[in-house]
Amino acid sequence: MKEINAVTLKFLSRSANEGFARASAAAFAAQLDPTLDELGDIKTAVSEAVTNCIVHAYPDSIGVITMKMRIFEDNSLEITVKDSGVGIPDIEQALTPLFTTGGDDRSGMGFTIMDSFMDKLKVKSVQGRGTSVTMRRRISVRAGRK
Amino acid sequence: MKVSANFDNKTLYLYPIGELDHHGAKKAMVTIESRIDLSLPRECILDMRHVTFMDSSGIAVILKTMRLVNEAGGRLTVENVPAQAMRVIDAAGIDRIVQISALTKE
Repeated sequence: MKEINAVTLKFLSRSANEGFARASAAAFAAQLDPTLDELGDIKTAVSEAVTNCIVHAYPDSIGVITMKMRIFEDNSLEITVKDSGVGIPDIEQALTPLFTTGGDDRSGMGFTIMDSFMDKLKVKSVQGRGTSVTMRRRISVRAGRK
Repeated sequence: MKVSANFDNKTLYLYPIGELDHHGAKKAMVTIESRIDLSLPRECILDMRHVTFMDSSGIAVILKTMRLVNEAGGRLTVENVPAQAMRVIDAAGIDRIVQISALTKE
């Protein structure tokens, strides 16, 4: 699949950057002319992925989060959120709805929402090395556009 | 995130304002918890009309608010949920355990 456009952002795992990451993803996705619902889904999925890095990957420290976004010729958007944090010991367990190690401040629904709001979700993790979450969403081409 | 509140006729009204993500939820929960402790409401309405964005952190806020209100002997209703937040609530399936209604355009 041919890549049309790409951008890479690096930012610190501070919770104030959750809004920055969402707004950046929305601004980049805007060139695909998404509907408000599609844009909302992308922002929500990005928010979940970035929050996971802040809460779980770097629990007691501030680390770097890399967000890479790419647009392909089939009108799809791919977003990879990567950290160099503690890693996920059991990915299958982490993907289970309601499972969380974050206590009652967390709902355990992060991966479930990423999975249901995006078309594809891939999680790779090595303990002590970090985690990368890749999500893909195809934006529907609306009538009246070429 | 700011949460404005008023207590009237044994009912506590809570209005979170802005983006209810992990960053906003931490601040919102401090206000919500102290307001429930202060008023011990029979009914609590979490009115979401001013929430401009919500992710799963908002689900945790709703569930924690419900637990606190229930412990105080009251009942929680979530009202005027905007479309984006409603999609998150639907995906999480919490409408089975707490009464939730969507924001309807005036």
